[in-house]
Amino acid sequence: MTRNFLAGFAYLLLAPVIGALLAGVDRRITARMQGRRGPPILQPVYDLLKLMHKESIGARRTGHFFVLGHLVFMMAAGFEFFFGGDLLIVIFAFALSSIFLVLGAYAAHSPFSHIGAERELLQMMAAEPILLLTAMGFYIANGSFRVEEISASPVPALLWLPGIFAALAFILTIKLRKSPFDLATSHHAHQEIVKGLTTEFSGLSLAIIEVTHWYETIMLLGIFYLFLAPYPAAAVLLVAVVYLLEILLDNTSARMKWQWAMKSSWTTASLLGAINLIVVYYWLGVQP
Amino acid sequence: MSFLKRSPWIVHYDGASCNGCDIEVLACLTPRYDVERFGVVNTGNPKHADILLITGYINEQSQPVVKAIYEQMPEPRVVVAVGICATSGGIFRECYNTKGGVDSTIPVDVYVPGCAARPESIIDGVVKAIAVLEEKHLAMKKARAAS
Repeated sequence: MTRNFLAGFAYLLLAPVIGALLAGVDRRITARMQGRRGPPILQPVYDLLKLMHKESIGARRTGHFFVLGHLVFMMAAGFEFFFGGDLLIVIFAFALSSIFLVLGAYAAHSPFSHIGAERELLQMMAAEPILLLTAMGFYIANGSFRVEEISASPVPALLWLPGIFAALAFILTIKLRKSPFDLATSHHAHQEIVKGLTTEFSGLSLAIIEVTHWYETIMLLGIFYLFLAPYPAAAVLLVAVVYLLEILLDNTSARMKWQWAMKSSWTTASLLGAINLIVVYYWLGVQP
Repeated sequence: MSFLKRSPWIVHYDGASCNGCDIEVLACLTPRYDVERFGVVNTGNPKHADILLITGYINEQSQPVVKAIYEQMPEPRVVVAVGICATSGGIFRECYNTKGGVDSTIPVDVYVPGCAARPESIIDGVVKAIAVLEEKHLAMKKARAAS
């Protein structure tokens, strides 16, 4: 139990640090792919500290409150995950966290912010089925929703759930806000809707959104780690490969329309995810 | 220690001109000049920006837009007028629709001459703007401490 709490608190403390470094490496690799030198690895930290010194302007104070909810529920979701708790609670808290950001974007009377919020809702609709299928897959393969028990299983979940793994990798692009699914907002300045979701946030609020995104990234990569949990070294390698592929995809693809995002992710969910789930269900003969 | 100088985010706007300086601003982001090395990001959103780069002169139609962008930027903020049109109206100075340079509408902190301004001089202007940004940040801090 003490170990669980330690892991949970380690996440709360270390996830922003590792997330920031990962974002820095991401920007450097992106720059190298484009034939540029790129910013220093610590650039995301500099950005964050600068944002904290800037004036925070918002049309309404409720926006700041919602951003705080976004952070708190993301931290709760990640804590529950690294604590070894219930995967379903992790996914629901995670969804709630995203909803808070959407509410924050709706709180301002800005058309750009509203379009961003609507697109974020669509992206959540696209991603959520696969997240739920992942939890179900882990349950069927291991007989438990608890992360603790899933990671203690001697057989890697990847063996049973290759389809679900691929489907989850597909929606990771949505959650990391990378092309071709950077519809709601993007790290790059090529938005036709200004900055979409984050248009109306500045200063400290924007800094909090950034930190939340780092928490989010680390937790999502944690789920990928879970697929190969019995072999830690291989699992870390797997996570690194998945993230590198995301960066490559980000740099080689254009943004798609939301219709395409919905269609492609639901097709992936039903083809790779659901079929994988059905096959494993009958193979293992698990009774619900 | 201020981190403003390590991460100046830019929003750029073309008032009205031949677009030459505008293209040179974007050239700064390309592999040859790569201003992201210094943490410069082209945001496209005034609410995220620290530095406003304006190219071109100001006319009746662009005046309210420039004002709106400037007013939406959070403090501390700096304005850089890029190119001769933005500094004084340039070749369009005598035109019937010209209001003048950027300083006819909003306070300008750094002037970058040139027609079109070279990427090197634009980067130089941004570096000078960062120094002004630091000054403004310190002034802000002092004002806050006093009140």
